Amino acid sequence: MEIRYDIEVDARGLQCPMPIVNARKTFQSLQSGQTLRVLATDPGSVNDFKGWANMVADAELVAQETTEIDGKMVYVHYVRKK
Amino acid sequence: MTTNGQMAVIERASPDLSTLHEQVERLQAQVDALRAQSPDNRLSMVVFSGDLDRVLAAFVIASGAAASGMEVSMFFTFWGLTALRHKRESRGKTLFQKLMGWMTPVGTRGLGVSKMNFGGVGAKMLRTMMRQQGVPQIEEMVQMARDLGVRIVACQMSMDVMGIHKDEILDGVEVGGVATFLADATRSKATLFI
Repeated sequence: MEIRYDIEVDARGLQCPMPIVNARKTFQSLQSGQTLRVLATDPGSVNDFKGWANMVADAELVAQETTEIDGKMVYVHYVRKK
Repeated sequence: MTTNGQMAVIERASPDLSTLHEQVERLQAQVDALRAQSPDNRLSMVVFSGDLDRVLAAFVIASGAAASGMEVSMFFTFWGLTALRHKRESRGKTLFQKLMGWMTPVGTRGLGVSKMNFGGVGAKMLRTMMRQQGVPQIEEMVQMARDLGVRIVACQMSMDVMGIHKDEILDGVEVGGVATFLADATRSKATLFI
């Protein structure tokens, strides 16, 4: 799956709540229509980004995927600013 | 029947303007009243515990909520106050207050865990385990919560009872009472006691 994104946050190796805390900081700087990609190794981030996108009024969770990078499971989240 | 029916249609088609105005005003008042009652996008917490693990949980929730765009208020009372101390003062205190001051931790670094503390060894072990897993240390969590704009209030009554002075508490922490907590709690979507 190839999804276009404008900026990336690498939260690999970080635990809850750091992936969403770091995502928020970057998300705030986005302009409407731009997409943020977040890389995380925390399996809980899959549900966390669903909940986060529900709570943040101008965030839309476009896609989530799982890939393997350097032998580690990586959870990738795409969030678009409405 | 037909006469009554026609009458009703005629009335509906030509409404009295002053009646409409009255209805709009009444509805507006109801909307305002509902809006005043509806909660903000806010989370309120009482942090009563002075255990490292519990205070950490409070800060994880606080920073997670703040990162999700919620307003967050944390009210530190009783043992929870020890997490907000940055120094130990003995001047101007009663004997019991001095004892309390010496026997309770100063700041998050002195907090023990709620189980298996073993005189602080447990707390050190937990901190090491958290570091190994990439969990931020509680001191970073406190800083992060404050950077995210979390409102931190220290309970005045607990401070008076325990003899904790304002200058022993971290800078930028507000002081308040139960009404301060309730004012925020009553317009919160969620309220927690930790």
